[in-house]
Amino acid sequence: MATSTVPIRTGEDVVRVRQEVRRFAIEAGLGLVDQTKIVTAASELARNTLDHGKGGQATIDLVQSGARCGVRIVFEDNGPGIPDIELALKDGYTSGKGMGLGLGGARRLCNEFAIVSEAGQGTRVTVARWK
Amino acid sequence: MDRIPILKLGEALLVTIQVDMHDRLAMALEEDLTTQIVQHTAKGVLIDISALEIVDSFIGRTLANIAMIAKVLDADTVVVGMRPAVAITLVELGLSLPGVRTALNAERGMAMIRNRIERADLNLRDEEEGGH
Repeated sequence: MATSTVPIRTGEDVVRVRQEVRRFAIEAGLGLVDQTKIVTAASELARNTLDHGKGGQATIDLVQSGARCGVRIVFEDNGPGIPDIELALKDGYTSGKGMGLGLGGARRLCNEFAIVSEAGQGTRVTVARWK
Repeated sequence: MDRIPILKLGEALLVTIQVDMHDRLAMALEEDLTTQIVQHTAKGVLIDISALEIVDSFIGRTLANIAMIAKVLDADTVVVGMRPAVAITLVELGLSLPGVRTALNAERGMAMIRNRIERADLNLRDEEEGGH
């Protein structure tokens, strides 16, 4: 299955990211609960890319490690960046219109979570969920 | 623009969310429901989310907002039909849906709303009788 890149410019694109991640999660053989978790995490992160990163893209991949299969998503934007990542990961922290669960909540729903951000340069969040 | 249909069922409003909700659709639903609660003097709002494959914090916030607005307008909101995988994910995400009452299915949700309407009617009658 080829890598899929979804631009994130509008609210409809967030829905498109969800649909693509679902397709990959099924292909990776994830169970229904794991599918739901990674799709929900992707939805939170795509919304962050849209609202805080001023738009960007999601790149979705199937990944293999030994016998394990999984799905990995990289969210990238060229927005203002996150000045304090530790603070942004705390529940209840919000600078936008969500419930302040986006980043921390998304991290709990993934097996792997990495975030790189630089002020004025943008943010890259990489997540993965394994079967 | 797409809109989510709202059905009137006695003194309740019934909403079945069958599409993947995006921002504008969620906002339109909030507005439409608010208008119709007032228009029909509805006492309850039943929201069926059995078709939703996920509930993220945005959709959660929309549901919580609707419940809050309805409360201010003297109507109860019951969310029904949440899928098990969605419930598990919601809890892990940390979403608690403040002010939103839930029921397993539409039948039970409707019973909750009917109970509330009957209780309200009874109280009203008591008050009127007490006044004489």
